[in-house]
Amino acid sequence: MAETQIAPQTESTSLFGAKERKLLVDPLNDDNPVTVQILGVCSALAVTSQVKPALIMALGLTIVTAMSNLVISMMRNSIPSAIRMIVQLLVVAALVQMVSDVLQAFIYDVYAELSVFIGLIITNCIVMGRLEAFAMANRPWQSFIDGIGNGLGYGVILLLMATIREILGKGTWFGITILSTESWYVPNNLMLLPCASLFLMGVIIWIQRGFNTKLIGKS
Amino acid sequence: MDALNIFIKAAFIDNMILAYFLGMCSYLAVSKSVKTALGLGVAVVFVLAFTAPVNWIVTNKILAEGAIIEGISFDFLGLIIYISVIAGLVQFLEMFIEKVSPSLYSALGIFLPLITVNCAILGATLFIVAREYNFVEATAFGIGSGVGWMLAIVALAAIREKLRTANVPAPLQGLGIAFIITGLMGIAFMSLLGLNPGTYFG
Repeated sequence: MAETQIAPQTESTSLFGAKERKLLVDPLNDDNPVTVQILGVCSALAVTSQVKPALIMALGLTIVTAMSNLVISMMRNSIPSAIRMIVQLLVVAALVQMVSDVLQAFIYDVYAELSVFIGLIITNCIVMGRLEAFAMANRPWQSFIDGIGNGLGYGVILLLMATIREILGKGTWFGITILSTESWYVPNNLMLLPCASLFLMGVIIWIQRGFNTKLIGKS
Repeated sequence: MDALNIFIKAAFIDNMILAYFLGMCSYLAVSKSVKTALGLGVAVVFVLAFTAPVNWIVTNKILAEGAIIEGISFDFLGLIIYISVIAGLVQFLEMFIEKVSPSLYSALGIFLPLITVNCAILGATLFIVAREYNFVEATAFGIGSGVGWMLAIVALAAIREKLRTANVPAPLQGLGIAFIITGLMGIAFMSLLGLNPGTYFG
């Protein structure tokens, strides 16, 4: 029964101790959601042809992951395991709807550019993956930190890929001309196709594991 | 004939993974061995074969304008209801696999509940709504997309099994090389985009 599973709650000594720091920093490299846990790959391929949508997407995902982790973690002892996925998805869908409405109200031009992908945060595996793997078994504050950390780890990969793809594919970065396509640079259109993001992701993983050799052999 | 046409197109030409890049997460993570890949592939075909017709009924008999109350459309509830139908089915499937094959259950791990958020499944529903298929066509499209997804994951798993004996640089082994292989498969599939099997079989 759910009531009997509640563990005795011990207060952590500080609000931001070594454990919390680890939760925040680990997803940036050692436990990166995209390159190590293999979560959220679809959107990482789809929104990275330019930097601006990638940045907004990363922010939106960070907020949704952190808040849904917090909410589900607070409810974790009262959700019956047979319907937990439906409960999780309803929480996520409601949060995504809110993020989408806020973007629509305050930065409409970016919203118009991104509308489909904001909706797709619902099916982003990072959100569900962290709920299942972390928030269902940990206390709210730690879950919140874990959500922020994983959102940042996703954002780092997204911005890295978007930077390479936008500069090589269009000669610009954040809309600012870096390599002038009018005078000498011939843009590499392959970089704008989804296939290019697959190659880039492979190379990023290669470089990351080249430096961080303890990741070799994982997955 | 139309349904067969749609089935072939969904499975081989407009392949969910190699043409649309949907459902990549579990595709990359569960393709280490052909056996596990086949297990997940069958599960995805099963989920798609049921969600496609159920979501078709939901779209056309419940959400459509005038279906329940004259003059009112419940379109705005679409995403939430589609995802609930998918989540319900996956939850059922999870309990079923846990009972029938505990070894497959532990091999699939977190990627079994993650079928819910497999973009290919919600994507198939959204394609069905956007292309205005009828009931039979929607079912054919659902099964076809599932079969296409299964073929792609089994193909990648088979290549990765062969790659174990290849001399791949250590940091690139596993995940890295899987991304690059998928990229190459995707480039090969680009030449098939837009082909219409009806011209040959119809």
